[in-house]
Amino acid sequence: MNTRFGKIMAGIQLLLVALGTPLLLGSQQGRSKMIQVKGSDTLVNLVQILSEEYMAKNPKTPIAVLGGGSGTGITALINGTTDICNTSRDWKQKEYDLAWEKGVKVRLFVIAVDGLSIIVNEKNPLGRLPMPAVGAIYRGEIKNWKTVGGPDKPISLYGRQSNSGTYSFLQEHVMGNKPYSTDMKEMNGNAQIIDGVLNDENAIGYVGVGYVVDQATGKPMKGLKVLNISKDAKSEAFSPLERGNIDSGKYPISRPLYQATNGKPRPDVAAFIAWETGPEGQKIVEREGFFPISPVHAAQNEKNLK
Amino acid sequence: MNDSARMRRRREAAIRAFFFLNGIVSVLILAGIFVLLLTSAVPAFREIKLKEFLTTLLWDPTSPTKPVYGILTQIVSTLLVTGGAMLIAVPVGLGVAGYLSDVAHWRAREIIKPIVEILAAIPSVVIGFLGIVLLGPALAKLTGKTNGLNALNGSILLAIMALPTIISISEDSLNAVPGAYSEASLALGGSRWQTLVRVKLPAALSGIIAAVMLGMGRAIGETMTVLMATGNARAFPHGLLDSVRTLTANVAVELGEVPYFTTHYYALFAIGLVLFVMTFAVNMIADIVLRKYQERER
Repeated sequence: MNTRFGKIMAGIQLLLVALGTPLLLGSQQGRSKMIQVKGSDTLVNLVQILSEEYMAKNPKTPIAVLGGGSGTGITALINGTTDICNTSRDWKQKEYDLAWEKGVKVRLFVIAVDGLSIIVNEKNPLGRLPMPAVGAIYRGEIKNWKTVGGPDKPISLYGRQSNSGTYSFLQEHVMGNKPYSTDMKEMNGNAQIIDGVLNDENAIGYVGVGYVVDQATGKPMKGLKVLNISKDAKSEAFSPLERGNIDSGKYPISRPLYQATNGKPRPDVAAFIAWETGPEGQKIVEREGFFPISPVHAAQNEKNLK
Repeated sequence: MNDSARMRRRREAAIRAFFFLNGIVSVLILAGIFVLLLTSAVPAFREIKLKEFLTTLLWDPTSPTKPVYGILTQIVSTLLVTGGAMLIAVPVGLGVAGYLSDVAHWRAREIIKPIVEILAAIPSVVIGFLGIVLLGPALAKLTGKTNGLNALNGSILLAIMALPTIISISEDSLNAVPGAYSEASLALGGSRWQTLVRVKLPAALSGIIAAVMLGMGRAIGETMTVLMATGNARAFPHGLLDSVRTLTANVAVELGEVPYFTTHYYALFAIGLVLFVMTFAVNMIADIVLRKYQERER
């Protein structure tokens, strides 16, 4: 009896060793080479596609891309659990301070430009909105479409959650830094906002322009309408779908999309960022519905890579 | 004393130690979780008053003007969604359990029972997704609203998730009722319905209450489904057709982005503590009810 018990124990030990060794080795090897990317949900699809194309050409550089929101990515970079963080908004002073305290030296790279799109259901007859009205709608001050020239129907608000860079961007740049209406449905990502707006004819939502463009046709997705936005009630309204409006700054709520590293990026990370911001990467950026970076951004990126 | 007896004694001791260890580990883990929760939650109350925390309706910790930490709305939302789920799941669950144990042909039972158990294996994201693309639009049509991302949606989904637990355990406890009970009832002229409802159900009540409580525990603690399906609006709900944000969804949404060791961070753990107290209370009440009932039985 005793020997059998001993044999079983020895067997279990052997099994554990056999299972554990490759796991340990694997994770160590993976750690040293894998590039971890984390953050903005606006960027997650784009960077996923960029990394897939990059990996197809450079099979020795594995890249893992995760979403979670800009805030999540920044926290991860500061805590040292990611190599690159994606953000769809500027870093807050509080975050810079926290990074400084932990010895994290933030370097920013602009990898794409987004026209933050205000979307409604296609059944909504409205075609344009002034930026201040968008702010008032999200603050909960305007509750009916009639007020802004639409049908007499209550507005149902769709937005992101507070860990989203898009959430903060809209709050800072469109809502005058005031709190969101508590009636807003806080969705778990861009795709869920689109699902909500597709199914709700009183809906208004906001997503990165890359999410509303159907890759096959290059036009906005069926069932959605992208509103033209004007700076104020009197000025002309522009669509975020045309590159000219973004480049010239006529579309009032466009924004750079960033990646950040801690200090000078490692050679493999630097090579990836250089590729993303180079001609090949930017072509993919455009294909995915976002806009390529300006020469000013490109020069800044180059400086930060060194 | 000969060798084999000593060996056996030693083996007995080893086995006893093994099981004792297993038992004590779960107690230790629970105590550890409680201590962690408590030490992470308490610092929140250096800046927030407990009374404010529990009685303020607004939760806006990232407000650009002044952070507000109030969880009353979320507590009410959690109770609303869970209560709704139980209203649906308990009658349906008991019905199915009764059917399986007393009515169904054995062949039907052999097919239905595994299917019910497979229901428990569906990941909660999948159920949440169904809530968005299937149940949401359907509810919108039925209720005449333009969207179906509300407490009712969450309740229905949670009911579906609680059903396997409730059905399985209720059916087991109905089957565990000694055959003599129903035989006696039938012999005295009771119909099968009377036997099931007046004899077997009361006899199996302790198991059924346990089943309902376990199902309710799952409903209160479930995160992903409600996060996806209930719309997550922070406003106070005025009915099942309003969008709600539950305690669990709030923690899940915000814990990922919160800067460590800030009031907001501690406040999220305080919410965890509230959830812990709520589930603890549910179990305590169940225990007390059960004991009262058993005393009466004797």
